[in-house]
Amino acid sequence: MLYKIAVPVASILIFLGFWEFLVWVNGWPNYKMASPSDLPPAFWQYKELFLIMGWQTLWRTVVGLFLAVVFGTLLGMIIGFSRIARDALYPLLVGFNAVPKATLVPVIALLFIGQHDFNTVLMAFMISFFPIAVSVGIGLSTLEPEYRDILRALGASKFTIFRKIALPKTLPEFFGALKVAATLAFIGTNLVEIVSPHGRGLGALFKSGETNGNYPLMFAVLIALAVLGIVLYYAVVFLEKIFAGWAERAQS
Amino acid sequence: MTTGRPSGGPISERGGDTIENLIEIKGVKHAYATASGPLPVLDGLDVSVPTGTFAAVVGPSGCGKSTLTRLVAGLMKPDEGEVYLHGERVKGPRKTVGMAFQNPVLLEWRTIMDNVILPLEIVAPRMSRADREARAMELLDMVGLTGFENKRPSELSGGMRQRASLCRSLVHKPEVLIMDEPFGALDAFTREDLWQTMRDLRRAEPFTTVLITHDLRESVFLGDQVIVLSGRPARTQYVMDVDLPEDRTLDVLYTPKVADMLHILRDQIKIAQGRDGGAH
Repeated sequence: MLYKIAVPVASILIFLGFWEFLVWVNGWPNYKMASPSDLPPAFWQYKELFLIMGWQTLWRTVVGLFLAVVFGTLLGMIIGFSRIARDALYPLLVGFNAVPKATLVPVIALLFIGQHDFNTVLMAFMISFFPIAVSVGIGLSTLEPEYRDILRALGASKFTIFRKIALPKTLPEFFGALKVAATLAFIGTNLVEIVSPHGRGLGALFKSGETNGNYPLMFAVLIALAVLGIVLYYAVVFLEKIFAGWAERAQS
Repeated sequence: MTTGRPSGGPISERGGDTIENLIEIKGVKHAYATASGPLPVLDGLDVSVPTGTFAAVVGPSGCGKSTLTRLVAGLMKPDEGEVYLHGERVKGPRKTVGMAFQNPVLLEWRTIMDNVILPLEIVAPRMSRADREARAMELLDMVGLTGFENKRPSELSGGMRQRASLCRSLVHKPEVLIMDEPFGALDAFTREDLWQTMRDLRRAEPFTTVLITHDLRESVFLGDQVIVLSGRPARTQYVMDVDLPEDRTLDVLYTPKVADMLHILRDQIKIAQGRDGGAH
């Protein structure tokens, strides 16, 4: 337990030490590159903003991710069970995923003018549903026929087979994709927060730091984003342990 | 539900008028649709399995043996011919069938106990948890998995997993057990252990069995009849009645009588493969 905490903490401290050293050795001033020692004052000065904006970013990301899970799972079920749907939808999905989402910011900003929360959640959703849909789809379509046959031979319904076998069997793949999706959702949220005017959230705070030439604030925002990302990632890991912990044991 | 075995008498007594054929396959033909046209896999399959007996099916690889199991299980319908269970035409899956495959297909997220009771969740939804577990324990004890009921499949060896899989296919007391090369992936000694387990299970709880196998010794040790299928498209090429005592031990495999039987079967397989049967 001590080891599990000590090792990552030590690696973070070494990283911060190296960063501080780089800035010091190069003699970079504050307006060129902030050093870790500049960050605590920046956090302290804007602590209320950080709490408000951090919460904004977090809830929008989580809502977007939640929608991505619901939609992605449904889509994955469709492409997993139906060959026609798979053949029809895959090119469309891959194409949509390949479009850089930054180009969609002005599109949705115009479509839903002023709906800042909605736009942000929508972007987080759009950027993160793809890996979930693909992994659920692949998990379902590659289910070995024997797994289906043990229940089908007893006259079990398709829904029963899905609930008792297909669904739990795809959970490890689902959580693998969810970890990727959680990080992507953050990128989506911040994309909108940074680009759109009068934004809220940590992205907007970053933008205002940039406008005012406040480098320590900008870097403090990046660190805050990293921390939120880590929190969300480990929340997913926690859920994975509960719902798909068996997969970890199966591999060992 | 379960049908008794024919009074434990010598095997040669079966086939008499009094004993019903539980499984009756008559003139079955079947072809799969492939990109390059229909691929016939079965062409004139005739199999009769009397109630309570054990039919071992052997044949060259890829000859359509697995299709046979899916037909009996009601998972597919033949293009031509009929499959009867209890004199009733098989139209779809029925709850009185148990299946086991080469891959034990245990569910990794369930304990061994929960894997074994899975069929009961479908077949007997109102049965209490305690009753289900008691029934599963009965079988787990019989196959020597006492004390492993709370383990995960990944914690068991290949042979133990196959034992658990056998328990699962028998937990709902099926009339018919269909096995598709269940011991094919096991090492020789584990396989022999499982043959004996299989023999003991049949003694304790009568059921009718169709076993697909590549192992002639296995077919003779376990079978009451050995059915040799021809190469694809498969038809029934040869049927051997295994005239051996019901209480067989592995020693029986080393008797001259069994050696002769194995020899005949071996020649039949050669013919099925389209090679010369050799001087006999």
